[in-house]
Amino acid sequence: MPAQVPMNRQAQITEIIRTISKRDSAPDPDESLFDSGLLDSFALPDVLSALEKAFSIKIPDSDLNPRKFDSISRIESYIESRL
Amino acid sequence: MVGSSAEWIFNVSGIEERRFAAEGETVTDMAVEAAGDCLSRAGIKAPELGMLLVSSGSSERRFPGPAASVANRLKLDGIPAIDLPMASAGSLFGMALAARLAAVQGKILVVAAEKMSSVVLKQPMNPSTSVLFGDGAGACLISPDAGCARIVDSALYTDGSFADDLRLELDGPLEMNGRTVILQASRKIPRAIGTLLEKCGRAPVDTACFLMHQANQNLIDRVAGALGVAAEKFYSNIRRYGNTSSASMLIAASEWQKQVGFQPGAPVVFATFGAGFHWGALLAEGC
Repeated sequence: MPAQVPMNRQAQITEIIRTISKRDSAPDPDESLFDSGLLDSFALPDVLSALEKAFSIKIPDSDLNPRKFDSISRIESYIESRL
Repeated sequence: MVGSSAEWIFNVSGIEERRFAAEGETVTDMAVEAAGDCLSRAGIKAPELGMLLVSSGSSERRFPGPAASVANRLKLDGIPAIDLPMASAGSLFGMALAARLAAVQGKILVVAAEKMSSVVLKQPMNPSTSVLFGDGAGACLISPDAGCARIVDSALYTDGSFADDLRLELDGPLEMNGRTVILQASRKIPRAIGTLLEKCGRAPVDTACFLMHQANQNLIDRVAGALGVAAEKFYSNIRRYGNTSSASMLIAASEWQKQVGFQPGAPVVFATFGAGFHWGALLAEGC
């Protein structure tokens, strides 16, 4: 049976991005969320709060580097590192 | 000026107007004017001061900073005059330090004066920062004697791991990693305020007014939301003045004091975040 957890995680992240950006389009996993205009500086704190809640993780201030959260793939990698 | 529309600037920052110092007007000039206004309003003569603290990240020379010149212009005879070249956090750090030192030094004048136009309008301009900053000065008198308010407590923080994310090099333009600044400020400011209020047995919702560094209206609104208080409790004048760095919090405080003022027992929180990063909060209560 194919592993479902990673897909669910990516889908969850995508849904968070869509909700906060108020856009229906689903970005490609490696698409820059900032360069594409999907997220601006003020949306990112909301995204991080939503990620913390959805995945029951705490993101320390030292990890608050926007580059770590610039794409769905990078966000997924980060969350995996915190679980 | 830099190809950004007025609407875009307002949407991203809340800024509609800015004030620039006159050609030839210096940080010292602005500081002296603010100091004189503050002393006049407090009914204090300059020779009564025991110390002067001057915050400025935009003074015209590396050293000496403006504090010695301001002291000289105020005819302060031999009292210590200390520079706080900390950019935005300088005024709050000055107030917090003054509150601790006043018992020993007597009356302490904290002045913040910034000529950010000399920084951000210098070529080559950084288009992302040149539209945000204005010039101004503010001052605050901290005294061991009774006044309009008493300082209950303060909390100061520094995290130098982000020192490169908001910086002014000696011969370069102001560099700001906006996303990092907003991300860090969005977390650190409400945490600092919340922790201080909890330590002092107060709640954000019971605070009469928040006097925050006027960096960005969206950030101010976000901090209000994080604390669960109405945005209206955060005094704002960034629309008229832009970001005047360390002067902004004291300018806001001065305007608020004239319009509303401290009420007996009502808590007021000062808060700031700036290059360093340095940030903090200070709790005062009306007398």
